[in-house]
Amino acid sequence: MDNILEIIKNRTLTYEQKVLTLARAAEDSIDVLNIEKDTQKLRDEGIICDLFEGHAPYRPRYIVPNYEKFMKNGSEFLELEPPKDIWEATNSLLILYRHVPSITSFPVYIGNIDFLLEPFVVNEEEAFHAIKLFLTHIDRTITDSFCHANIGPGDSRAGRLILRAERELKSAIPNITLKYSTETPDDFAIDCINTTLITAKPSFANHEMFCKEFNGNYAIASCYNGLTIGGGSYTLSRLNLATLAKKSENEDEFINVILPDAARKMANYMKERIRFLVEESGFFETNFLVKEGLINKDNFTGMFGMFGLAECVNHFVDASILENRFGHSAKANVLGYKIIEKLEDEVNKCNDPNCIITKGKYLLHAQVGIETDVGISPGCRIPIGDEPELPNHIMQSAKFHKFFPSGIGDVFAFDSTVKSNPQYILDIIKGAFKNKMRYFSAYSTDCDVIRITGYLVKRSDMEKLDAGQQVLQDTVALGLGSVKNNRVLERKVRKNE
Amino acid sequence: MNKGLINRIIPFSSVDGPGNRTAIFLQGCNFNCLYCHNPETINVCNNCGECLSACHYKALKFKAPYVVWNKVACKTCDECIKHCRRNSSPKAQNMTVKEVISEIEKNKFFISGITVSGGECTLQSEFLTHLFKEVKKMNLTCFVDTNGSVPLWEHKELVDVMDMAMVDIKSYNYDEHLKLTGMVNTTVIENVKYLAKLNKIYEIRTVIVPEVLNNKYNVDKISKLIATLNPDIRYKLIKYRQLGARRSLINSYTPSDEMMKELCVIAKQNGCRNIVMV
Repeated sequence: MDNILEIIKNRTLTYEQKVLTLARAAEDSIDVLNIEKDTQKLRDEGIICDLFEGHAPYRPRYIVPNYEKFMKNGSEFLELEPPKDIWEATNSLLILYRHVPSITSFPVYIGNIDFLLEPFVVNEEEAFHAIKLFLTHIDRTITDSFCHANIGPGDSRAGRLILRAERELKSAIPNITLKYSTETPDDFAIDCINTTLITAKPSFANHEMFCKEFNGNYAIASCYNGLTIGGGSYTLSRLNLATLAKKSENEDEFINVILPDAARKMANYMKERIRFLVEESGFFETNFLVKEGLINKDNFTGMFGMFGLAECVNHFVDASILENRFGHSAKANVLGYKIIEKLEDEVNKCNDPNCIITKGKYLLHAQVGIETDVGISPGCRIPIGDEPELPNHIMQSAKFHKFFPSGIGDVFAFDSTVKSNPQYILDIIKGAFKNKMRYFSAYSTDCDVIRITGYLVKRSDMEKLDAGQQVLQDTVALGLGSVKNNRVLERKVRKNE
Repeated sequence: MNKGLINRIIPFSSVDGPGNRTAIFLQGCNFNCLYCHNPETINVCNNCGECLSACHYKALKFKAPYVVWNKVACKTCDECIKHCRRNSSPKAQNMTVKEVISEIEKNKFFISGITVSGGECTLQSEFLTHLFKEVKKMNLTCFVDTNGSVPLWEHKELVDVMDMAMVDIKSYNYDEHLKLTGMVNTTVIENVKYLAKLNKIYEIRTVIVPEVLNNKYNVDKISKLIATLNPDIRYKLIKYRQLGARRSLINSYTPSDEMMKELCVIAKQNGCRNIVMV
């Protein structure tokens, strides 16, 4: 119980962070899952990792409520009538957010908020006041950067007001994605980019690509996860390809033996987690979100994550010179592609009857890493320090995006001079999406808010925490760890290439 | 086949006109500006071979009568350029329109268009005209970055096919311009008037050089000219920076923000509506 006392006495955790950490410690004090011995060994080696989901799953990791339904019907459980004006609308949403579970206990998806609020924009200045308070409330009470709002793809008054408020607030939360389609007007996209260059959001999701895969009914949650609205993902585990590669003699053994074996074990582990959640925890029989039809078990899937492709590939090539490494040599890039193709095949062999929306399959996810991943790159990303010039970087990265409907993305740091030419970034996004890039994030190097891997943190908050002071948001600690371990502040700065 | 002498091609540029543009720098300039930040683009290589010894990567070879550059072996350390005594580069390539187009083609989905710069690109106006005709077929825009020294009204075919020009007015004073660039500014100003009438000026630029140029006079006169032509033409005031400049020719420093703001105020008072300071 030393751990419990340590949490209680910790000086940098806020009260709220202590309560949540204690809850996690309580959950992890029991073992209820049937885990095969060999699988447990891979977990102990850090090859299979459930990203701190806990020992006894009692809520899905990612919940994507149907907020449109909530706005239309109100909620019997929460005793809320459908809202009639902007104040009621923002108030009702803030109430509901408090009751959307996740692994962090904070909602990872808070709706297509422009669409939700647009019907209530009557007087623009009054709406702006309400929206700015709404966003401030979110930033100060949902103290976790995995909270994600969506806007677009169309232009709207509410969308413009949200962007204006974000430019003024310069806050880390919520994360925002513009669902960008070929129908999105250029001037709205430019308004988004101007906001991105001030406060690192919104990011841009390839709307056409997601729509095709999710039958038009998707949202972007948490870092950049594509999931079905009215559902979500029960779980996310991730496979550490960098460490797994070291178990192989050569690339053939890796692709044909080691990788399929580990993939199967991780899928079985996920299946067991999902089984407990669905069959034993009682979540889907009791939670009001289910009872009121805001979520439905049939819309849930499991996310099969991976990371460290670059280091995995580099293990099999002479990586002592840059020209041979992943992201640079044709041989390394082809090998990377082959590995992911094989992984997709293996993951598609799994069948989990609880994943109805994805026909029994898990969705691949390029996981963005955690702060303790020293020297291992997120998903299929090219390591920081090895980045090629922008055109080559985008073309190389985009090749992998089609494999990952439940999320993959690249982050690009731009020199602040591009602020005077936002069309420059829009042109790049248009080109990237034409080349099947799924998700594109940018920020300007002179801003306080920066994108760590998928989530946003303020530099000023990381400095405070580093000096031993308490900070409001739990993700600041993750950001600080990533800055120290993963060279996040050393990304190649883009201007002219 | 008409060829252009190309110094280099930058696939993505954020500073050579609107949006993302492929910037193509041509070799050879008829000005020799004291503050030139890429003097290696001024002269055409005479194949003297003096740069060969400067290359650490065996990327330069002498195949009589030419110095030949191996792009793959080159690590772009630019030692050859530093070594060159005649403001040139052994890396400039003679390229056909087709070859340049194939470079643009690689990135066509990512760009609004191309900008041809230099050196002084209008010295190769025939090549430009051919290039632009092909680029327009790709539904991309064609911009020219020029010192305005070539009378463009004599190159109507080029002017017709190009979308817009970015023109430097380096000094409004005849003698100062001559001293700064080696040529007078009469044609420059005529070109500006000519292109403005056609609504083909994207931007006028002036580099602000403390203690070398009469900056206030220049900004005053040039902004008045812009205001009479079209006050919405963007007037960009650029801070002189030492990076790349030949320090033996010029003794100046980067102007302060205060000084730049003062000049912006002058331009604004004279009626310019779109003033940018970089």
